[in-house]
Amino acid sequence: MTSKSNSNALNNFPRRHLLTCEGLSANEINFLLDLADKAADHIRRNGKKRDVLAGRTLINLFFESSTRTQASFEMAGKRLSADVMNMNVATSSVNKGETLIDTAVTLNAMRPDMIVVRHHAAGAVELLSQKVDCSVINAGDGAHQHPTQALLDALTIRRAKGRVAGLTVAICGDILHSRVARSNINVLNALGARVRLIAPSTLLPSSPDRLGGEVFTDMWKGLEGVDVVMMLRLQRERMEASYVPSSREFFHFFGLDQEKLARAKPDALVMHPGPMNRGVEIASTVADDTRSVIREQVEMGVAVRMAVLEALSAHLPSFEDAA
Amino acid sequence: MSKVIEKPKRVGKATVFINARLVDPASNRDEPGGLLVKDGLIADLGSHLRRNAPEGTTVVDCKGHILSPGLIDVQVFTGEPGYEHRETLKTASHAAAAGGVTTIVVMPDTNPVIDQVSLVDFIQRRARDNALVHVHTMAAITKGLKGEEMTEIGLLKRAGAIAFSNGKSSIVNTRVMRNVLSYAKDFNALVVHHTEDPYLSSGSMNSGEVASRLGLSGTSKIAETIMLERDVRLVEMTGGRYHAATISCRESLDVVKAAKEKKLPVTCGVSINHLTLNENDIGPYRTFFKVRPPLRREEDRMAMVQALANGDIDVIVSSHDPQDADTKRRPFAEAADGAVGLETLLAAALRLVHSGDVTLTAMLRSLTINPARLLGLHSGRLAKGAIADLLLFDPGEPWVVNKDLLRSRSKNTPFDEAKMQGRVLRTMVAGETVYEYAGVERT
Repeated sequence: MTSKSNSNALNNFPRRHLLTCEGLSANEINFLLDLADKAADHIRRNGKKRDVLAGRTLINLFFESSTRTQASFEMAGKRLSADVMNMNVATSSVNKGETLIDTAVTLNAMRPDMIVVRHHAAGAVELLSQKVDCSVINAGDGAHQHPTQALLDALTIRRAKGRVAGLTVAICGDILHSRVARSNINVLNALGARVRLIAPSTLLPSSPDRLGGEVFTDMWKGLEGVDVVMMLRLQRERMEASYVPSSREFFHFFGLDQEKLARAKPDALVMHPGPMNRGVEIASTVADDTRSVIREQVEMGVAVRMAVLEALSAHLPSFEDAA
Repeated sequence: MSKVIEKPKRVGKATVFINARLVDPASNRDEPGGLLVKDGLIADLGSHLRRNAPEGTTVVDCKGHILSPGLIDVQVFTGEPGYEHRETLKTASHAAAAGGVTTIVVMPDTNPVIDQVSLVDFIQRRARDNALVHVHTMAAITKGLKGEEMTEIGLLKRAGAIAFSNGKSSIVNTRVMRNVLSYAKDFNALVVHHTEDPYLSSGSMNSGEVASRLGLSGTSKIAETIMLERDVRLVEMTGGRYHAATISCRESLDVVKAAKEKKLPVTCGVSINHLTLNENDIGPYRTFFKVRPPLRREEDRMAMVQALANGDIDVIVSSHDPQDADTKRRPFAEAADGAVGLETLLAAALRLVHSGDVTLTAMLRSLTINPARLLGLHSGRLAKGAIADLLLFDPGEPWVVNKDLLRSRSKNTPFDEAKMQGRVLRTMVAGETVYEYAGVERT
């Protein structure tokens, strides 16, 4: 039997998997954000956990270690009464396409309802989704996509600003290696925001202007009059590979401090997907500023993941009555 | 912009040069006239000052000799810090002043390598306190000049580094070079590159007949051209500003010309040695003629001279590289590369003018306004309001080089006992005379 909310989800979010933000419509995104908004309010009101996913099995399959994303999905699943299983696959033992598929086939044989996957290789989650019968949620694949991060960012902005359309959002830092940036570019563009990409040329992918944002290599100029400043994490190994000379120089020219932030609108939001490198891409005084919504992002993370799980669950086959 | 530590300007002094031949490639000026210097700047110039000295000024009668902008030398190696027995900033600046060179760019190949903000600051403070001429710092573009990790280009530029180089070696790792050019572009930083593939350049001189006869291992000019071609591809990809430090053969010239035709931000330099000497000068293993890139064949030298005349080569450098007995008094293959050149730069360059191969203006252009534009300096020209960095010289005066009279702490000149025609009479830096020819050899 299909419930009313199920048919609503079937119509408004007609997808079995959430693999990428590319191609998501404003309607689909807003549908998820509306659901997440309700979930967030429900949690804030100290509401009881719901039974949307009661009897369903959710596997967290993380080929790349993660604390916060995995915990967030686990929390989201449990708040919807799913049975959650965490599988941390050591990257060393499973790192070839063939074994990834073998893993997928093995897991599929256990008949889970949903799998949340993070993998270090771009496209790996989509590959896995082709080999299983359940719903697959991309929790990050290489430098490709991290859809729930972009959705939680959009929700955070929408709640703080009342809208996303028409806002100017600057995404700053290691765009070349960032799945968060790519997903955000898709979502923000779909919702009608103006996107700016700020990074040194060495941390921009080729043809950056074709990604859907205006490109700046000067952060002072790039932040001029923006409504939202979205910082990205800079991995230490980027220094060793000579993408940037040092964390000191990076902070000087591309780290968000009060001086650069002063170029943005006075009420600009400061965001960061975490974990932060204080003193590398963001100054502590900014991270802990009243304009910072970094903690809200974490909170919205659980709500958005609940919304995604709920929307996808509408596509699961309904239960047979117990014999 | 960068904060260069400058010498304080001399205020209150006024000097007028009368009866001069004013030659300024930047404005295509070549005419009789005079020039007034006040407070370290050029206050006025032109034919109206040819005979009229304003009252209360020190008068210098040029006696019809040439007054031009002081020379700018983009490639000078010193030994400070680390090898002060070869050269200090002070001794290099005295050599420069005697050679009519008013601005030198010192290379990062020191010990320690100039790859940190504090070291750029050190060079500039030492120069301010000890040097007679303007000194700019070429900072290392990779840490320790190892070609592996790029330096803090943004912070170094802010500290005053005028350009960036990997010194006497090429960045072999193509990915690093790509990142360097790409990153430097964001800061509008100039990358100056010595182009020589190290895997192809282990020889001790130019490969060919002379090397074969002498039994020396040779380095083909292809080592230079291959690296240059790679770099130009990377410039095309990244848009970074690129200057080939010293090219030495026709093939390299073709690469640079093709890049310029494509409007790429590519320029090139040539050392005075490669304009005036060839591999035959090595003769019986004379190590003072061992330089990098190696001296080439006469036809390559002629190609360089021709390119200078055409304007295809942007700048001439002395590539002043002091080496002493411990590095030069060795068997040829074991001797260090390098030759001093600051004090003979103008006279050697005038050889090309006297031979009729290059015009005076073309020669001076590549030593004044072209390097100034390359580095973004406001000097290198005779214009009202410009800094009074001036060179007065007699293009005809004959003299013989005596290495023992060189002001440089090292005496490794390839021009020892060479007959020259053209003498620096006076050098002025920011309105202050820093060198004056006494009329007799100093002893």
